[in-house]
Amino acid sequence: MTSPIAGGVDCDLHPAVPHLTTLLPYMNDYWRDQVTTRGMTDLVSQSYPVNSPISARPDWRPQQGKPGSSLADMQKQALDPFKTAFGICNPLYGVQMVFSEDMQDAFCRALNDWLVKEWLDKDARLRGSIVIPAQSVEKSVAEIERCAQDKRFVQVLMLVMGDVPLGKRALWPIYATAEKLGLPIGVHAGSAYHNPPSSVGWGSYHIEDYVAQAQAFQTQLTSLIVEGVFAKHPNLKMVMLESGFTWLPAFLWRLHKFWRGVRMETPWVDRAPAEIVRSNIRFSLQPVDAPPDGATLNRLFEHMQSDELLLFSTDYPHWQFEGDSVLPDGISSDLVRKIMIDNPLATYGRLKQPARAGN
Amino acid sequence: MNVQFRPEASASASIKTAIADCDIHPARATATELYPFLAKRWHEHLATYGKHAYQGMMDGPPYPKAQPNASRRDAWPPEGGPQGSSLSFMQKQLLDPHNVALGVLNPLNTGQGLRNHDLSAALATAINDWQIDKWTSKDSRLKGSIVVGNEDGPTAAAEIRKRAGDKNFVQVLLLSRNVEPLGQRRYWPIYEAAQEIGLPVGVHAFGFGGNPITASGWPSFYIEEMVGHSQCQQTALASLVLEGVFERFPKLKMVMIEAGFGWAPSLTWRLDKNFERLHSEVPHLKRKPSEYIRDHIWWTTQPMEDPERREHLFELIEWIGWDKLLFATDYPHWDFDEPSRVLPAGVSDANKQAFYLDNAKKLYGIA
Amino acid sequence: MVRHVIAPVDELPPGTRKFLTIDERPIAIFNIKGEFFGLLNRCPHQGAALCEGPLIGLAQSSDPGEIEYTKLGEIIRCPWHGWEFDIRTGQSYCDPKRFRARAYPVNVEPGSSVVKGPYIAETLAVSVESDYVVVDL
Repeated sequence: MTSPIAGGVDCDLHPAVPHLTTLLPYMNDYWRDQVTTRGMTDLVSQSYPVNSPISARPDWRPQQGKPGSSLADMQKQALDPFKTAFGICNPLYGVQMVFSEDMQDAFCRALNDWLVKEWLDKDARLRGSIVIPAQSVEKSVAEIERCAQDKRFVQVLMLVMGDVPLGKRALWPIYATAEKLGLPIGVHAGSAYHNPPSSVGWGSYHIEDYVAQAQAFQTQLTSLIVEGVFAKHPNLKMVMLESGFTWLPAFLWRLHKFWRGVRMETPWVDRAPAEIVRSNIRFSLQPVDAPPDGATLNRLFEHMQSDELLLFSTDYPHWQFEGDSVLPDGISSDLVRKIMIDNPLATYGRLKQPARAGN
Repeated sequence: MNVQFRPEASASASIKTAIADCDIHPARATATELYPFLAKRWHEHLATYGKHAYQGMMDGPPYPKAQPNASRRDAWPPEGGPQGSSLSFMQKQLLDPHNVALGVLNPLNTGQGLRNHDLSAALATAINDWQIDKWTSKDSRLKGSIVVGNEDGPTAAAEIRKRAGDKNFVQVLLLSRNVEPLGQRRYWPIYEAAQEIGLPVGVHAFGFGGNPITASGWPSFYIEEMVGHSQCQQTALASLVLEGVFERFPKLKMVMIEAGFGWAPSLTWRLDKNFERLHSEVPHLKRKPSEYIRDHIWWTTQPMEDPERREHLFELIEWIGWDKLLFATDYPHWDFDEPSRVLPAGVSDANKQAFYLDNAKKLYGIA
Repeated sequence: MVRHVIAPVDELPPGTRKFLTIDERPIAIFNIKGEFFGLLNRCPHQGAALCEGPLIGLAQSSDPGEIEYTKLGEIIRCPWHGWEFDIRTGQSYCDPKRFRARAYPVNVEPGSSVVKGPYIAETLAVSVESDYVVVDL
């Protein structure tokens, strides 16, 4: 087993909202009454059914309540054991699923405020991602600017299966705002279910939806690259969260091949796609989706041709690894250090700045 | 005098041994070339109403191609007609110089997968008759694929059974993008019939099923569609595996066509890993996904992955297996793979033989 | 370097091209707006007959959605994979560091100083006052 080292950054933690009613204190009078008088239900996405094995490792599943809903558990099960210096919270509460942009905005604000009060204020290691109402670009920009004033927010969070491909120009004010504020965009696995949860329609199974996340990351990367997001915003970084990464080399080979032949369609892509990925895209470590043997995984790292791409994550409380085997076998201590410390610090600029609670 | 001649069609036949080309696209020379095989009522129907696919354009693709007819510009036959519509020119430009011993025809834009299922069924049977008449009966190197109106399972199954034992055909043809993912039960009559008559099912990139071509909506550019065939094929394959198609039809073989193969190892590892956790959701699966894929799936090679370091391609193929790949050119499409150029140096003769010919002969039952 | 005479200048008006083989090498000569250029008719990618491709301009962009379109008719797209090459220099516009189509210097020579070659026999019957297009190979 490869031992983790102290002082790392866990780039993918999932604090859970116990219930929609938990967010009531963070809503205005109108929305509070709407939620209660209309009997609105908890926003649990099919991407992560609460009792699905993926949603919680057995030894991380609490007797009561949702996995990830207890700070004490997160400290005991993830932050302390891996001696984490910083843990980035990516709430996966299903606010992206509603169709009203006003409702989505109200819920996102409440969720972000809840994260500060119940998590960031209570453990100095924790940092947050701003969940945005992506159906409205204007409201998303406003929410980013509002939350970014608190320096403990270090990232903007979007879903990989959203309403439109992420490269589409209509979304670019979100990216401009994030770039201006020095915030990466985190693209996380999961669907808003506003489109079928795969590129070939609706499958039958949860396992099918989950496997399909990897293909969604691939099409999103294509979109981001060929639409020229990084030509327009060269300083913007995007982090693919819970995406898997072993598909990356073959994906880039294919994209590169077609880009060379159809260059004239997107002439603003003036660098090879692999170069753009190396400069602007990162991947959280879990899940590894590894081959059965460690030697093959090391060959894959070689195919990726960069040791700066991976950012340490536990994906707590999701079930991706056993015991403390969060790192793949047989990687060098240099690479361990890069994955756990150097790469995350280079990606999340705000981690190096002092952060004061409530500001 | 104006000396302007076209250079001789590809003198670069540096593959000396015979090869199989498992993805050739024959075309109709004229719109009405199919009519002798199509019931009369459909002639007028087509003239009046045309074909309605699960995308809005009466004619042509919503993502315009990179070359006219998505084809090589040097593949226009001298006698006229679109690329791929002339047998004699196909022989001259592809089959003879490249020493093609087995050419598998995958006709596209046939009317497979239209919104009018009766029209689809009629066009499918007509295309199958046309393949025999124009191609396979005239050049024994060529073999056809049974096209079906796949959204109507029972009718598609009848068309497949109609061709049982007909040596003109070596597979059943489906497309990767359909109304539902390919593992869904509406398509099972097709798999049942294919297994019954002993033919593999080829899944070729493309088609429109009315679903956005990514899980996050419709992308902007043709390049996204082209790269995206990889993702659509991955998801279609995951559906086939997870729905238990290979458990239900244990003799069925399938070929992933024109979506590359580099994605296969990672997808397989991801499927296995998640199956380990989530197998209680899919108790109909008795084996691991990687085992089903190992036993039931082959890939055609085009478009061949092209890494910066060619030895990485070598490793990729080792992970998939040299016995699982079927060489294809995708003639006459523009992203054609030239046979002599696709493999890096250092491949053993045995592996080359398997890659270029023997895997295909074995899978398609050609002596 | 051996100079080969190709054709009289006026047999190759602007916008046209001529294919020929010299010493077993397939070559094409282009007249782009009155200037002559020669290219080896073999794409450095997979050996396609590069010079049969369409001529377009060069699309460039420093701002996604905004396209500067220059060098009209001076960029050839390979008929197979569509790679773009500058007729003048052979410079490809994808992966510019790695691939370059081989360009052959082409000059316009006055009629009286041409070198005899296979095509000369044909053109000798024609007026010798015309300027000849000559290729150095």
